[in-house]
Amino acid sequence: MSQEAILQARDLKRFYRVRRAAFGPKAVLKALNGATFDLVNGRTLAVVGESGCGKSTLARLVTMIETPTDGTLRICGNDIVGSSRATRRSLKSKVQIVFQDPYGSLNPRQKIGHALEEPLLVNTTMSKQERRRSAKEMMDFVGLRPEQYDRYPHMFSGGQRQRIAIARALMLRPEILVLDEPVSALDVSIQAQILNLLTDLQEQLNLAYLFISHDLSVVKHIADEVMVMYLGVPIEMGSRQAIFEQPHHPYTEALLSATPMADPFRVKKRIVLHGELPSPIDPPPGCSFNPRCPRATDICRQDFPEMRQVGKTMVACYHPLD
Amino acid sequence: MPDGVAQQVIDFRPVGRMALMREFWAYFSENRGAVMGLCFFVAIIIIALFADFIAPHLPNEQYREAFLRPPFWQDGGSLEFPLGTDAVGRDMLSRLIYGARFSLFIGCVVVSIALVVGVVLGLVAGFFRGRIDTAIMRLMDIILAFPSLLLALVLVAILGPSLINAMIAIAIVQQPHYVRLTRAAVMGEMSKDYVTAARVIGVRRLRLMFVTILPNCMAPLIVQAALSFSTAILDAAALGFLGMGAQPPTPEWGTMLAEAREFILRAWWVVTLPGCAILLTVLAINLMGDGLRDALDPKLKRS
Repeated sequence: MSQEAILQARDLKRFYRVRRAAFGPKAVLKALNGATFDLVNGRTLAVVGESGCGKSTLARLVTMIETPTDGTLRICGNDIVGSSRATRRSLKSKVQIVFQDPYGSLNPRQKIGHALEEPLLVNTTMSKQERRRSAKEMMDFVGLRPEQYDRYPHMFSGGQRQRIAIARALMLRPEILVLDEPVSALDVSIQAQILNLLTDLQEQLNLAYLFISHDLSVVKHIADEVMVMYLGVPIEMGSRQAIFEQPHHPYTEALLSATPMADPFRVKKRIVLHGELPSPIDPPPGCSFNPRCPRATDICRQDFPEMRQVGKTMVACYHPLD
Repeated sequence: MPDGVAQQVIDFRPVGRMALMREFWAYFSENRGAVMGLCFFVAIIIIALFADFIAPHLPNEQYREAFLRPPFWQDGGSLEFPLGTDAVGRDMLSRLIYGARFSLFIGCVVVSIALVVGVVLGLVAGFFRGRIDTAIMRLMDIILAFPSLLLALVLVAILGPSLINAMIAIAIVQQPHYVRLTRAAVMGEMSKDYVTAARVIGVRRLRLMFVTILPNCMAPLIVQAALSFSTAILDAAALGFLGMGAQPPTPEWGTMLAEAREFILRAWWVVTLPGCAILLTVLAINLMGDGLRDALDPKLKRS
């Protein structure tokens, strides 16, 4: 990597203590169990995996809604765990988030103009006119009409709402944008518009994207690097091209084979995984994928494999595919 | 410029308070009972406001020559006292008209106290959860465990019988309902993305609680306020009847009932008329509250 990473996560962990029965003892749920990655300005890291693999927990940690249980998270060179409240606050404005559901992510009682001004109101000392002007500029920037300033969220379509959500996230001029499945609630035609908007914004503002998705065709469209997660742990990482062309982890291969392709002549060799995703409260010993893995051997049931370079990607597997 | 601007559909429905009110009225006016209740309630408000001009006599003026006069349509009644007089010769109609002032005053004060305190407690409980939540909610459970009128009686007995103390007591008895409603609504809103988004933007706690979350929890609270308005009037009348609320000679409806108890067989009007006044007012407010609930409940709304 040529550029200095704007965000560095090292062995990031987040555990929750949950009570399984009404008066039972508390168990530890390892939602995220050691994620290491870098985000670079102007690049997109896509995080993929099935539901319950820790993608959204990762988003909550990176946006500082929750603090990590263990590991370090450095944003612009500052470690967020040890830093003061004031530093944390200024770092907070560097990372913003866009949610999956554009209907739930906008306050229904707030005019969208006010929704866009709120970040400036609570973080800066700008005057009312300045706030209003920059809100209107931002609306123009993301493809909304400034006349829509006084409208309420229920008067917009899903795609327009997602534009509003993106505009709100950009109001504080962040450097990192966490996109938590930003297009999966939208129609396919609208998805393309929003993805193009995101690509344009990234080029113009040199943003780093953490793009969380379960839709591999979207990831293929927008990602620079891909991180595949399984049960709270990254199991394969690499450039988009390397992952899509030659996956090395059996889980990545199965995931890719499940993506629908609009090509009637392609020979489908769908790999069907058997069994359920194990509970993160009670993960299997060794590699967490071993109960469902076709290549599992004894060593897979004993120790978790370390990340290592195989071909063009980093893989955590004892028996990678070649 | 990103693409997609051209094909956007723009919603040009009017915005602002007027449009909201118009939409609200469209839903509310479908319910005829609610509209009738509203009309009756507005009439009561007007009567209470202009009591000095409407009432034919002063509420506490005694006419020594006219004890227990029947209403005008009965033998011995006259139009000088349209609804008759009570045992000490006071005009019933005038006392009922002035009594409307007390009932509305009681309703307003009780609802305001219960609403403000209940909303703040419920917001704190629902927002912070944990121990604060447990402490507040168990306290509310204790208040709810008492029969409400009994608790109000005990409180008035401690504070001393007067209208103000009765109102405070009723407000305390009613407020757990507000706390519970607010807490439930706040917990529902807290899990939504827009609250998380506000946190990420950097909105601080107090603003988050009162500016972001609270306005989205108001619909059930407005309904509860309207319905508990009538309960407050009813409870105040009950306390007045038991001699623990407004003290004679205040023309409060419940107190009037209590004073007239011994004449129940001889002079029906001294008991029946204040009773009817309470009944009709409470009924009107309840009908109105039901209409309000239907109009404000998003589940019943067609878009």
